[in-house]
Amino acid sequence: MARYFLRRIVQAVLILLGVSFITFFLLYVLPADPVRQIAGRSATAATVENIRAQLGLDQPFVVQYGRYLAGLVQGDLGRSYLQKTEVAELIASRLPATLQLMLAGIAAELVLGLGMGIAAALLRGRAADQALMMTSFVTVSAPQFVVSLLLLYVFAVKLGWFPIGGYGTWAHLVLPALTLGILGSGWYSRMMRSSMIDVLRADFIRTARAKGLTQSRVVLRHALPNAILPIIAMIGIDIGVFMGGIVVVESVFGWPGIGQLAWQAIQRVDIPIIMGVTLVSACAIVLGNLLADVLAPFVDPRIRLR
Amino acid sequence: MSVVEKLSGANAAPDVPVLAVEGLCVSVRTEAGLKPLVRDLSFTLRRGETLAIAGESGSGKSITSLAIMGLLPPPAVRVTGGAVRLGGVELTTLPEGRMRSLRGDRIAMIFQEPMTSLNPVLTVGAQLVEAIRAHEPVGRKEARARALEALRAVRLSQPERRMEQYPHELSGGMRQRVMIAMALALRPEVLIADEPTTALDVTVQREVLDLLRDLQRDLGTAIILITHDMGVVAEMADRVIVMKDGTQVETAATADLFARPQAQYTRDLLAAVPRMGAGAARPAVTGDVVASLRDVVVRFPLKGGLLGRVTQNVHAVEHVGFDIRRGETFALVGESGCGKSTIAKAIVGLVPHQGRIEVAGQSLEGLGAAGQKALRRKVQMVFQDPMAALDPRMTVGDLIAEPLVIHDVGTRAEQRAAAAELMARVGLGADGLDRYPHEFSGGQRQRICIARALAMKPELIIADESVSALDVSVQARVLELLRALQAEFGIAFLFISHDMAVVENISDRVAVMYLGQIVEMGTRAQVFGNPQHAYTRRLIEAVPVPDPAHKRAAGVRLAGEVPSPVHDIGKGPERVALVDIGGGHLVARA
Repeated sequence: MARYFLRRIVQAVLILLGVSFITFFLLYVLPADPVRQIAGRSATAATVENIRAQLGLDQPFVVQYGRYLAGLVQGDLGRSYLQKTEVAELIASRLPATLQLMLAGIAAELVLGLGMGIAAALLRGRAADQALMMTSFVTVSAPQFVVSLLLLYVFAVKLGWFPIGGYGTWAHLVLPALTLGILGSGWYSRMMRSSMIDVLRADFIRTARAKGLTQSRVVLRHALPNAILPIIAMIGIDIGVFMGGIVVVESVFGWPGIGQLAWQAIQRVDIPIIMGVTLVSACAIVLGNLLADVLAPFVDPRIRLR
Repeated sequence: MSVVEKLSGANAAPDVPVLAVEGLCVSVRTEAGLKPLVRDLSFTLRRGETLAIAGESGSGKSITSLAIMGLLPPPAVRVTGGAVRLGGVELTTLPEGRMRSLRGDRIAMIFQEPMTSLNPVLTVGAQLVEAIRAHEPVGRKEARARALEALRAVRLSQPERRMEQYPHELSGGMRQRVMIAMALALRPEVLIADEPTTALDVTVQREVLDLLRDLQRDLGTAIILITHDMGVVAEMADRVIVMKDGTQVETAATADLFARPQAQYTRDLLAAVPRMGAGAARPAVTGDVVASLRDVVVRFPLKGGLLGRVTQNVHAVEHVGFDIRRGETFALVGESGCGKSTIAKAIVGLVPHQGRIEVAGQSLEGLGAAGQKALRRKVQMVFQDPMAALDPRMTVGDLIAEPLVIHDVGTRAEQRAAAAELMARVGLGADGLDRYPHEFSGGQRQRICIARALAMKPELIIADESVSALDVSVQARVLELLRALQAEFGIAFLFISHDMAVVENISDRVAVMYLGQIVEMGTRAQVFGNPQHAYTRRLIEAVPVPDPAHKRAAGVRLAGEVPSPVHDIGKGPERVALVDIGGGHLVARA
């Protein structure tokens, strides 16, 4: 077990190193110039070069990246170009909000997606099944901002049930989490439906029926734990996609999380913040996958961690 | 009070049928309307009686059992006529809620596939306790105690430990015992056993059949035994119903059916059953050696420990050696996991091996890619499941011609002509060339696989359980085809099978494998006529004999599981030494 975690940690470090290199490189070759953003349009060429030298952006790529890594191993994520604050502090102040939204969003997409998938599998071939799958198709293909704005319009503006945006109470959390849930539920419902249909055909389901168990017990105790196995692995992978959704949803709902921070930083080419947020997201994805893999043996006794 | 006394106590009076089926019709709804699967089937079942429903695939025997259980796959398949009465209760019209309370309680079922019939994520104990508590208002503790008793009743070793184990930790035979324990824990009046031993090794089959018979004697359960195996019918059943295409062809007491079969179909079916001792004597084959194995060892490393080093080996094949001659059928027999298929893979170079393997005078060692490809022209394989061995997206013509394409033999037109010729040779029409595998029956598909194997005019064909999945009548015809092809082309066969009767019928020489080693080898007459090794005798004695008059020697009941072939690195199984006891009959002396 200790060996397993050791190996996974080494893997995680390599992944983060790779992510940091690729992101840094992409930002380096990007035509947008962060110095212009800082100095403003009217700055003289001398001022621009001065700032460039100050930030070390006149150095070759290898030197810049080396300096960044050197800071990173000491826990230094650098300073924001524009906000003149430590990136680590900025992220730390916004992380709780994002984590809250993430957990609520994942819970929402699982409840919606798995529920729809199970219902569709049990009602396979009927009109309800087709309606559910049509719904999942719509949610999969709908752009994030459309769903966000639609929910905002209906439930906040028209009905006034929830606040239009902001952060603080449970009421603030409902619409952004629901948006993320709806967006993610389509994938899960489709996966769950096909997984459930496969499992319902299995021999051990026939055995359970032959024992005279009730339908609900056959579904909940025998089919569900088997059908959910492939879904668990998917949750880990899905966190990457999910982080992308969070950036949009936080911006639309004015949710003060790292997604919003990233959104602002991208617009202003604030490289240290972009790097910091990217690395934190990568950490979340790595952790999510690790969690999914560690959980799997508890649900499926045939799996052993090696 | 013993377990068995406690379990017995069914309340039906003798000679009153516990189950009566009258004019049962089952149909499937298709686009072309209702298609009958079972037509007008009637029978009765008395307490303590075993009724066999025998027939080949598609005869409707499994559908019948599911209809009785009320487990037909909805909504397409349903009962369209007739009645099923359990005691006085009509089952076909019973609401699902009441049917559910009977299912598992008064009428229980065990299935063919012990590997997949238990839920992989629940412990054995949980699944047993659940079956008991579904019908009896007992607490968890008492249900657990009764589950333990049920496990003891099916003679499972270490029942307390088994309760906490998951199905994947048990062997096939142990799982089938768990299924039986689950089915009989509530003392049902009727037990439906659908091919209960078909997926098991022959010695395990023997144990399970013995167990079922003993439990029936103690509990008085009436058994409906669904099977394709006439040997199992002869041993187990009091009466037999022979089914074909959904209808009852013949019904009779077992002894009468075997002695005086009335219907032509029954006669054909019985004639097709391979019987031990029925193989015609064949002269010894003295051709050139086509394949030669010397001291062949195959081990699969298992990694473990802190640095992922190899700590253990699976000793799949240990110091195996034999020769196969031109025109000879050499059979490898043994139970699952004995290493017989691994030898086949080693011969075609699909697993790395130590020792020496020569095919057509050429050693496998140090062969480059080109050499390997050349070798594969000389050795072809035919597998167990023809549907899985044929690409469903290729036409039969393309499938048969594929070896020619791979080895670049002839023009496109010549390849096509060769495919047509091969189709004709295996008894299929050339009009099938443009059709797809799913349009053929199981036996026809296996003929296609054989045609494909013949395409390169190989010197050796490895037939790995090639007829095991086929119905007996089809099996008999495919075996006939293999013999005819051998006579015509002088092909050598390495025939791998777990079926002793088939091996006895087709082979010239036989090697018996146990735990990766050959324990006995000789001509067919030597091995089957004068079996010397204890394991060979066990295998032969375990085969169900399709003759109700056959009295089985009250031999020792087998117990325990086959030991593990996994050993720590540097250690290994004890190597057996083969001793010639005369005429080339080699027997392992411990």
